[in-house]
Amino acid sequence: MFHFSNIVRTKGDPKIVQGGPSLKQPADQLARALGWFSIGLGVVEFLAPRRVTETLGMEGHETLVRAFGVREILAGIMSLSVEKNAGLWARVGGDGLDAAALLSGLTPDNPKNGNIALALLMVGGIAMLDYRAAQDTKPRRPPRDARRKLYPNRSGFPKGIESVRTAARQIAAHAGQNEVKQGDERRVP
Amino acid sequence: MKALVWHGKEDIRCDTVTDPEIQDPRDAIIKVTSCAICGSDLHLFHNFIPGMLPGDIMGHETMGEVVEVGSGVDGKLQKGDRIVVPFTIICGECDQCKRGNFSVCETTNRKRHLADKVFGHTTAGLFGYTHLTGGYPGGQAEYLRVPYADATHIKVPAGIPDEQLLFLSDIFPTGWQAAVQCDIEPTDTVAIWGCGPVGQMAIRSALLLGANQVIAIDCLPERLSMAEAGGATTINFETESVLERLQELTDGKGPEKCIDCVGMESHVMASLPDTLLDRAKQMVMAESDRPHVLREMIYVCRPGGIISVAGVYSGLSDMLPMGAFMNKGLTMRTGQTHVNRWTDDLLRRIEDGEIDPSFVITHTVPLEQGPEMYQVFRDKRDSCVKVVLKP
Repeated sequence: MFHFSNIVRTKGDPKIVQGGPSLKQPADQLARALGWFSIGLGVVEFLAPRRVTETLGMEGHETLVRAFGVREILAGIMSLSVEKNAGLWARVGGDGLDAAALLSGLTPDNPKNGNIALALLMVGGIAMLDYRAAQDTKPRRPPRDARRKLYPNRSGFPKGIESVRTAARQIAAHAGQNEVKQGDERRVP
Repeated sequence: MKALVWHGKEDIRCDTVTDPEIQDPRDAIIKVTSCAICGSDLHLFHNFIPGMLPGDIMGHETMGEVVEVGSGVDGKLQKGDRIVVPFTIICGECDQCKRGNFSVCETTNRKRHLADKVFGHTTAGLFGYTHLTGGYPGGQAEYLRVPYADATHIKVPAGIPDEQLLFLSDIFPTGWQAAVQCDIEPTDTVAIWGCGPVGQMAIRSALLLGANQVIAIDCLPERLSMAEAGGATTINFETESVLERLQELTDGKGPEKCIDCVGMESHVMASLPDTLLDRAKQMVMAESDRPHVLREMIYVCRPGGIISVAGVYSGLSDMLPMGAFMNKGLTMRTGQTHVNRWTDDLLRRIEDGEIDPSFVITHTVPLEQGPEMYQVFRDKRDSCVKVVLKP
């Protein structure tokens, strides 16, 4: 990858000779893959809802499929963002909705029950991946009640805060006197 | 040499790269002795600022020793000189530089066509930043090429540790300029949003400039404790109402001067619906900045007051209350820092022992640990406030 980035460097600027290790974890890569999958699926659901409902024998539910498509796209964008953990949990929730919608179509008179069963299987598999990725990308921020170091002695003023305040007051008073003096001079005819 | 290189969102690596070379007679090369991670580096880490390319070297807070000078540096720098490198690259000759408006130097952005398109006019070239500001390799590295080195440097004396001088490159003059822009008077209350490194410097600067009362707003106990140590009254916005406390502390009048040291990534909280909406819009790229702090400042600032913006904004901000801003007769002053305008005075204050900016450093690690420290700094782990890297 860095070979490509070297091509676009301005002539004379340092180029990468040897890449260092990346801190990206496998879970980050999984989150990225799921994010793009989510967007792809969402686009299909939004643009071709009829194909989806026909495949599942659930004609008449096109609006619902479209809405699910929008949800998939938003969850996908979130999964690709800095807030990927929230995006992945949104996907886990969405998987639940998908499963519920599919189960509602699993009726004795639906000739496409086989497709619905297959879709349910896929949703189950993806849900496991979503859950795993969501678990593994938990933010590493310390909890709110975590013990923290405090810095009560770091004033940054080697001579103390009071000396700063005193100096500032003296400068202000001096400036004030000068202003008065200049004002008096201006009043002199 | 080793350098911290941007490879994409949340992906910074310590790579081996070719050494920098003199490209222009006005260049110099320095051996970096200390560099730091800045809060604005996190905007790049998150890929919120457009115009980064994989392979870009990070870092714009750097100092070191001159090891090579170009023929056009004209004796202003010599091998062995110890310099702090301001984050803004300046020519010292254009109309803006002559006015002291160094951060909008008209010459040094080598990709000015991009800046002209995006900002309307170019601004100065910056180290280790987006290609909108020239895409110059940064100083989180063992060596750094300093373009226009005859003007772009702050010569510093031996005998003062790096840690006291390094922040002349950015955060100290940035906090200082934020306070100077407020025209502080002895009766003023100055409210400062954000107690990160720039906020801490702004607190001290406001006191040095004679503010009557400084109020610092944040939610992290370690940063609030540091703000308090620096003489500020603190407000924890997670446990207190900022509006109510500011009213209380100013007899209902509001602070005369407000400083934004937060910028485009303000905290998101369920109790502040505008922050949730901003975050959602930022995620789908419908808005580039989260300007909650600007909205709050406009609302609480005393009529006729001044709002000074030191925090970085990158593009478009929604729902700014321009009605309140206009009717209250507020003044807003902003800008990247005109570093060299302030550094003579600030260096003298450090030499005189008036201030020691090293108080803000909480972590010092080898350069190789830089990528991890980006995460630690971002996540506020281990009570991290400021990271210094040693190549």
